Parts: sequence; structure tokens; C-alpha cells
Amino acid sequence: MRFMYIVTSPKGHVMPNQPLMDAILKIRDREIKAGRMIDDGGLMPVATGAQVKIADNKLSVIDGPFVEAKELIGGYAIFELRDKEEAVAMAKEFMQLHCDHMPEWEGTCEVRAFMPRPPGA
Amino acid sequence: MTAANVHAAILAAWRIEQPRLITSLSRMLRDVPLAEELTQDALVAALEDWPVSGVPDRPGAWLMATAKRRALDHLRRGKMLARKHGMLAPDFEREQQAMPDFDAPLDDDIGDEMLRLIFTACHPLLSREASAAFSLRMICGLTTEEIARAFLVPAATISQRIVRAKRTLSESGLAYETPHGEALSERLASVLEVVYLIFNEGYAASRGDDWMRPQLCHEALRMGRVLVSIAPHEPEAHGLLALMELNGSRTAARIDAEGEPILLLEQDRRRWDVLQIRRGLQALLRARELGGEGGFYALQAAIVACHAVADRPEATDWRRIAALYERLNARLRSPVIELNRAVAVGMADGPQAGLAIVEAIAHEPALKTYHLLPGVRGDFLQKLGRLEEARAAFETAAELAGNRRDRDLMQRRAADAGAGKPAR
Repeated sequence: MRFMYIVTSPKGHVMPNQPLMDAILKIRDREIKAGRMIDDGGLMPVATGAQVKIADNKLSVIDGPFVEAKELIGGYAIFELRDKEEAVAMAKEFMQLHCDHMPEWEGTCEVRAFMPRPPGA
Repeated sequence: MTAANVHAAILAAWRIEQPRLITSLSRMLRDVPLAEELTQDALVAALEDWPVSGVPDRPGAWLMATAKRRALDHLRRGKMLARKHGMLAPDFEREQQAMPDFDAPLDDDIGDEMLRLIFTACHPLLSREASAAFSLRMICGLTTEEIARAFLVPAATISQRIVRAKRTLSESGLAYETPHGEALSERLASVLEVVYLIFNEGYAASRGDDWMRPQLCHEALRMGRVLVSIAPHEPEAHGLLALMELNGSRTAARIDAEGEPILLLEQDRRRWDVLQIRRGLQALLRARELGGEGGFYALQAAIVACHAVADRPEATDWRRIAALYERLNARLRSPVIELNRAVAVGMADGPQAGLAIVEAIAHEPALKTYHLLPGVRGDFLQKLGRLEEARAAFETAAELAGNRRDRDLMQRRAADAGAGKPAR
């Protein structure tokens, strides 16, 4: 099963400190070499982004930063894993690194399974 | 949490830590089969402890500490035994003293050790089946039961295969070695063969099979990704990964809702997995950059890539496919590949040209019972309007077909040809 991990933080865009960064790079390396991580990426601060919205069937474009956003996405990763248990265990390990190395950090790692493709028509 | 939940959580935590557990232990013990055994012991310990004490905050660290303790115990026992027999070598003594420092810095790069594990599991001395089971256990952390379900054999058979494989390795003194240089490329061939065997076993699964069977494709892909990350300069590793990604990209399109297979040219190409195609093409490109364009897997991947990049069947570059089959045949000399080339030539240059190739290999002993030979021949004959000959060929194909679906298809085509219907 394929899973997407989306890391959000209410405190906005906070760069990991060096020990956390090192720890993250270490498990990232392990996961690539274990063949489980397929893709990942950190996102630039929201000031560099934009939102294209629909309200009343009308498009509008809002340039970042978005003041009303409560949770900001800092990065994502895509993993190929066996099941939800494995996916959650992986997220816990990743988040535990934040507790260990950057205690002031707050945020959420959302784990979402990709929708499986139904068999052909 | 219910007992079943705890059990699932333990297995999940163990699988995540398993690559690092086994690589660390293997390096400490310098014995791959033994490391595998003690890694399993750590899982057993967790299954006993955690339901009582709860899942620890850092399950990975717990498992690692437990596994290392077992390894140290083992080394101490060995040391005591050696001392008793007065054969403790001074360098071994030094190594023992240095032991507690084995850990942290070495954990950083699991690549070399992972490479060693795969090469040990896929040693040419072992049967392909034993290697497949052993590497699924060591590299992917599958249990014996899961491997058994995936290969449709009893669990006892799998555990026997693994036990025998471990014994063979230990007795041959191959418990801890990594080939280098030329030997690496030579040995890589048997590693790739095992990974491809695992992939094909999963790819052959049909709907309704246990989900563990198609899971084999994912495990093989994972091994392929492991290989290209730890042996990035081996073109055939990239070639095999490309082949598996590109074949895997059609998974959702190749079977209909009733579980019947859909032929390549009739598949809904919008259902192909674009991301997987992209990864496959990237891997193929890498194989070419490394000078491996003519490799066994790279050539096959290149053929599949011709289909993958065609957004509709008519856009397929059949001439290129025919040329690739020709190169593949020059390497392998197989009438089956020649038959595939005939199909491609038929698509590119018309049925007469295709038929000429089929007729040239019609008497190959290897194809005597191969139903696709008369099947392909019948198709060309039908397209040429030689309907009576086509009908006879399809009937022969139906008689030779090994399964119901193929037989039905060939009988249907025989009936069509017999009724004077031209080819579709």
C-alpha cells in the first residue's frame, strides 16, 4: 500500500534544528536503502506560494502568506508499506525524533493511504 | 488496544526496524544466518513482552537493544568456549573488547551490509526458491507464513528451505562475505534472477488469490530499489528495476472486474500508473547512461517502455520493438523471443513478413508444445485471408493451451476463422 505523510505545524514554517535534521536524514537514508521511501520533499515557506480558490463558482488567486491558515504544510513523503499499522509505526518513529531533538516543536504528521486503483473496465 | 491490535503493532514496529537490526547484527556477528536468527528472536521477545508491558515509546530502540544483547551473549559464549579450549586469538580478544563501540557510527550506513545480506541470501549455491524465501525474510521482513501464502506452498516447506539454505551457507563458510569487482557483477546476476522470480510470481497472481501473492510484486520492487540505492553503478540493477516498474504500471489495467485478463493492446491505457511509468523510464535511462543498454533486463525494459510511452495502441513503435527483440535474441538465442519478434514484425510490416519468421521457427523442438506458436501463426493466416489454414492453426493452439482461458480464446478464434470471419 502506498501512503502519503503530510507534516503540518500550527507555528508555521519552522526549520528543524541541526540535531533533528541529522536524525531525519539518517532515517531517510535508512528508508531509501530499505526500499520503502519512494519520494519526499520539504516545502518552501508559504510566502512563496499561492492559493487558487473557488467561491460562488468564481476563481480567485491569493498570494502567500495566507494569514487565515491554521495549519501549514511543511513537507511530505510517500512510502510503500504493508499496512496501516506499519504506516503509523513509521510516523511515530519520525515524530519521536522531533520530541527527542526539538522539544519545542509542535505539529502533526497526517498519514493517508492512496486510493487503490480498481481493476480494469 | 485489543490483543490483535497489539500483535499488528508489534509486527509493524519490528518490520520497520528489521533492516537495521539485521544489518547491525550481521556486522557484529560476522555471520548472516545467525544474525537472521537473532533478529527473529528479538521479535519473539517483543511478542512476549509488549502485550504485558505495553508498546515502548521507542520500539526500534528496544528491539535494537534486545537484539544486540542476544548477539553479545552469543559472542561471550563463543569467547568462553574458545578460552576453555585455549584457542582465543589475540585479535579476537581485541575485537571483543571493542564490541560495545560497534554500534552508533556503524549504524549510519546500512548500505554495504544490506548488499552483503542480499548477496548472501542469493548465493548461487542455493536454489532460486530457497534464495527467494530467504531474501524475503531478511530484506523484506516477511514471516515464514506470509512467504508460504504468497508462493502457495505449506509453511513447513518454506521453513525447511530456509533452514537448509542457512545450513548450506554456514557449512560452506559463506556466512559472511561480499563479492567485489568482477565477482560482484557475476554474482549480481543471480541476485537479479531471484528478485525477478519473486516479481513474476506476484505478477502471475490472479484476482481472488490471497493478497500476499500480488504483494510479492511490491516486495520485489522494494528489493530492486534497495539494489539500485546500494549498488548504483550496476546497470542491470537499474534495468531490472525499470522492467518491474514498467510491468507493474499496468497492474490495474490488465485484469477486468471478473478477473479475466485483458490483452495489452486492449487495455485502457488511462489506467496505467503514470508515476510508475515515469520511475521505470528514469531507471531505464540510468541503465543506458551506465552503458547497459544491451543488458538482458534493460532490453526487456526497453521493449515494455515502447508500449508504456504509446498513448494508444496505434502509436506503438513496432519497428523498434522488433529491433529490440532481435538484439535480445542475439544474446539468448531463444525461439520464444523470435516468436515475439514475429509478432512485432507482423505489426510493423504486415502479416506476410511476420508469417515468414513464424514458418522459419515452426519446427523448433522447444516450441513443439507451445500453444502461442500456432496461435500467432493462425492470426497471421487469418489476416492474410487464408481462413481454412487459420482455423486449423487455432485448433492446434486450443489443444496445446495449458489453461481454460487460453483454450477458450483459441477455440473462439478457430470458430471465427471457420465461419469465414476475417481477423479483427
